[in-house]
Amino acid sequence: MAVQTQLYAVPAIEKKESKNKNEVEKESIFETKSLNLWYGETQALKNIDLKIPEKSITAIIGPSGCGKSTFIKTLNRMVELIPSVQTKGDIHYKGSNILSKDYSAEALRTDVGMVFQKPNPFPKSIYDNVAYGPRIHGIKKKSILDDIVEKSLKDAFIWDEVKDRLKENAFGLSGGQQQRLCIARCLAIEPEVILMDEPTSALDPISTTKVEELIQSLKKQYSIVIVTHNMQQAARISDQTAFFLNGEVVEFGKTDELFTEPKDSRTMDYINGRFG
Amino acid sequence: MQYIDRLQVRKRINFRLRLNSILKYVFLGATLSGLVVLAILLIRTVSQGFAWIDWNFITGHLSMDPEKAGIMGAILGTFWLMLVVVFFTLFLGMGAAIYLELYAKKGRIHSLIQTNIANLAGVPSIVYGILGLTVFVRLMDFGSTVLAGGLTLSLLVLPIVIVSSQEALRAVPQTLGEASYGLGASKWQTIKSIILPTALPSILTGSILALSRAIGETAPLVVLGIPALLIPFPGGFMDRFTALPMQIYYWTLDAALVEEYANLAAASIIILLLMLFILNSIAIYIRNKFQHRF
Ligand SMILES: Nc1ncnc2c1ncn2[C@@H]1O[C@H](COP(=O)(O)OP(=O)(O)OP(=O)(O)O)[C@@H](O)[C@H]1O
Ligand SMILES: [Mg+2]
Repeated sequence: MAVQTQLYAVPAIEKKESKNKNEVEKESIFETKSLNLWYGETQALKNIDLKIPEKSITAIIGPSGCGKSTFIKTLNRMVELIPSVQTKGDIHYKGSNILSKDYSAEALRTDVGMVFQKPNPFPKSIYDNVAYGPRIHGIKKKSILDDIVEKSLKDAFIWDEVKDRLKENAFGLSGGQQQRLCIARCLAIEPEVILMDEPTSALDPISTTKVEELIQSLKKQYSIVIVTHNMQQAARISDQTAFFLNGEVVEFGKTDELFTEPKDSRTMDYINGRFG
Repeated sequence: MQYIDRLQVRKRINFRLRLNSILKYVFLGATLSGLVVLAILLIRTVSQGFAWIDWNFITGHLSMDPEKAGIMGAILGTFWLMLVVVFFTLFLGMGAAIYLELYAKKGRIHSLIQTNIANLAGVPSIVYGILGLTVFVRLMDFGSTVLAGGLTLSLLVLPIVIVSSQEALRAVPQTLGEASYGLGASKWQTIKSIILPTALPSILTGSILALSRAIGETAPLVVLGIPALLIPFPGGFMDRFTALPMQIYYWTLDAALVEEYANLAAASIIILLLMLFILNSIAIYIRNKFQHRF
């Protein structure tokens, strides 16, 4: 691991230089202010101040155990499901503090969807998997559900593969198909933000490529936060990247800048594969 | 430097293989000893009782005359009992399991309750009989009715149903619940549409096994004062009744007076075993039909 290479940085420059450098600063959809989180006694997040821009892809990178999953799970308050968790600080989502007591987690999660590391379809039919979210939120009419299911599956690039077997159990799909189904299930609740925790780490290269293309196509409509261990993936698909280390944000910036000229030596070491 | 001496390994390998095959037969013996006892029991029962089973025996009223005696009253009594037990244990058992597993804060009180439920499962059934006699028969004044018997047997198997349902709920992969919460579902929505349906086959299997235990119970019924010599058929929850195990118990006792009663008891055992067999088959059918693979 100690060999110094520029493995990840090089493809990133080539691709991103064609981009318009003067693009307007996007509004931020999430803004965390001195966010701290503890699991019992151990602190997993330390003073996180991040502004996550809307309608773009934000990558979170960092070595194992640095708090990436913990961080994105605070954005839809999934961390609350773990009894020992305590949070301090603010997270503003479109201006309101989601950590305040009267912000309902259910409402938040309808706006902020999540795709998990391991595909986790329900033991139901493909159709029912996608229709689950809309049904939860009170949509009963068959024709509307049909529309939502079809649109979500199309948006998740999986419609052609499953359109003839919508009534079959989702467990019959391959891992990559299951993951795209889970993305479709998430799109079906028409979220504004999609959180993804290493969505391709359980997939083969071809499925990974498909999911990556899918993620990029989603960025027009959705704000995406993606955790990844694959730095080429971060460089390929994200607009900005945050580098986490031991629960802190070491560096946050435009992906091409962070990968070519990191400001912090620890970022440099990490992207060059010297630790993690 | 090698730590594993190949020569030594080769010398010992024969011994290891022999030990392996000896143990195989020891374990087989352990299995067979149970089977042998069961076989002796079955053979004796069937040889004594099978000839006595006919249409009149199954559908007839009870009678002092062994030739005329029938056990429909006891079959119906057992059936009514089952209805009461199923109703109460399913609701109370599943409700308690859902609360303990999915809603309750895990802490000292939780583990206290948990330990107590586990202990209750080990309380002798006669103690439940005494409890039922005091509370249902006397205090609530139900008398020796189906309801009193059913409630007593429900209390008896409730701990088993709760614990097995909890295990079933715990076996549902956490990722499924997370997926549902992640879509904005409330806890109850998640339980109702994801966790319960996934756990239901195991919950039902556990409950049906507990139910078959309740059907076979005699001691609490004896304490409750359930008669064995009862001619009218029970027609409702507030009727007096008798049940198959009671019938078997009294016929076995009275075999000292009338020899043929032993045969009647054996015949009733066969009927009871048949009912248990049917119940267990239903349990297995349900499990296979609805089981999910993960
Ligand atoms: N449920 C939990 N209870 C206690 N500690 C936890 C829990 N989940 C995570 N942690 C701790 O919090 C820290 C951050 O964990 P987290 O899962 O966020 O890391 P990560 O960056 O996602 O790692 P990975 O790349 O391996 O997924 C780790 O030290 C971990 O041990
Ligand atoms: Mg993680």
